Amino acid sequence: MNGPRKPAGRAAILATQAAFIAIVLMVWYLATTRWGVSRILLPNPIAVWHALVSVLWTGEYLPDLRVTLFELAIAFAISATSGVVIGYFVSRSSYRVRVFEPLFAAMYAVPLILLIPLYVLWFGLGPASKIALGATISFFPVVLNTVTGFSHVDRALVTAARSMGASDYHLFRFVLLPAAFPVILAGMRLGFTVALLSIIGSEVLASLAGLGHHIVELSENMEPARMFAYVGFVVAIAALLNFAVSRLEAWVRRS
Amino acid sequence: MIPAISIRNVSHRFGAEGQARNVRALLDTSLDVARGELLCLIGPSGCGKSTLLNVVGGLLAPTTGSVEVLGEPVAGPRPRDIAFVFQEHALFPWNTVRENVDLGMRFQGVAAAERAGRAQRAIEAVGLKEFADHFPGQLSGGMRQRAALARALSLQTDILLMDEPFGALDEQTRMILGEDLSVLLAATKKTIVFVTHSLGEAVFLADRVAVFSARPGTIKTVIAVDEPHPRKPAFVMSEKFTKLRNQLYAQLHEEIRKTVSAESAPPATPGALS
Repeated sequence: MNGPRKPAGRAAILATQAAFIAIVLMVWYLATTRWGVSRILLPNPIAVWHALVSVLWTGEYLPDLRVTLFELAIAFAISATSGVVIGYFVSRSSYRVRVFEPLFAAMYAVPLILLIPLYVLWFGLGPASKIALGATISFFPVVLNTVTGFSHVDRALVTAARSMGASDYHLFRFVLLPAAFPVILAGMRLGFTVALLSIIGSEVLASLAGLGHHIVELSENMEPARMFAYVGFVVAIAALLNFAVSRLEAWVRRS
Repeated sequence: MIPAISIRNVSHRFGAEGQARNVRALLDTSLDVARGELLCLIGPSGCGKSTLLNVVGGLLAPTTGSVEVLGEPVAGPRPRDIAFVFQEHALFPWNTVRENVDLGMRFQGVAAAERAGRAQRAIEAVGLKEFADHFPGQLSGGMRQRAALARALSLQTDILLMDEPFGALDEQTRMILGEDLSVLLAATKKTIVFVTHSLGEAVFLADRVAVFSARPGTIKTVIAVDEPHPRKPAFVMSEKFTKLRNQLYAQLHEEIRKTVSAESAPPATPGALS
């Protein structure tokens, strides 16, 4: 039996996390310097650090970052708009909800990344196929949450609004939209995340430019240190974007 | 003088005949409510009290029969004549008390310039001045019902329909709210139909109490409470109150028994429950 435990403080948790990362870095360092792991397979962490500094310093990432962000922005604009519009249309009839909600849910469960070869065939290797994939995949969380948000509005509120003489516009603007908004927003955040993932993923698989493309290029050119630096850079960019979107969501929710 | 509300042979059935979820909620009910009168509807659960209220308010079209409000047949919501207070307050959770009151008037079509003053007066009337800019989630159950009442009062309708407005509140809160309501309504001269489960509440508030039979409900009897408004708390202690309450209980008891025995058979032997 375990004795009663005190909840660990925040500082203790942070310290343990830092220690874990330090150990990983240490093992990584020892593997490349002492244990004879090939530098082609696993570059030295210090070399990676130097590569990262050089990448950031020269700004050589900018053209690829611009391509990826451009694809992301267009893809997300398409999926957010179409997801909300189609979701609202579906939610207005319980028949349509029963027809389309399971369909959308089932389609979202399919690994949609499988569409890449098809989209490359249709739209080519350039940004268009990335945008199409990102928009397709991120459409589903947006549309599903929009349907849920609009079709689960408390009936009592709708009845109350109608009893006070609310028009269709009033009902949408002051009852349905505010009720559904937080749910739609959560769907958009999720959609943004999966759009980013699928765009970078598809750049890795088949592309002409973008951050994912550049990583593959470095790998094929046998520049592991630079490749690792780029992976770290992309992870940081993705984390930053997701953080920004979460903050934006929290801010919109409050106001 | 034409009555404020005139209910003629109203029956209602949920679901079509032969369907599994077909329920006869209301059977051939007729009743007049005079202008300025406060009528309480009381009866066993599922007897159709709320159904009747929704029919009167135009939220539900009856299967047969008709309702006239202020001399005109009801064929849908009548926001200029009728305001509702619902059991679950139905306040918009994303709006403050003030915004909720304002929104009701906006739906009703009151000009923007007029709304702020009317909202303030309604909020003060129900004693929520200090809480006007709070959200419903920040208020107690009793305060939420006060806010819902303020929203209904601000609409300045002749008729107020209240569907178990204090049903979800504790006994003490509903006592205080009942007293305040009596004072408030005595000043407004509104015609009110008030659905309740509580015998004491019915006697305390009503000019007349209509007792419903078990489902399918119809009005079994109407008991008059001859006591001027606003009612004083002392009225509750009076012999008259007790007598009326007992009279109501006798009428209601039989119907409640019918409802309960329809839902579950009584224990077969006296020893079965021990």
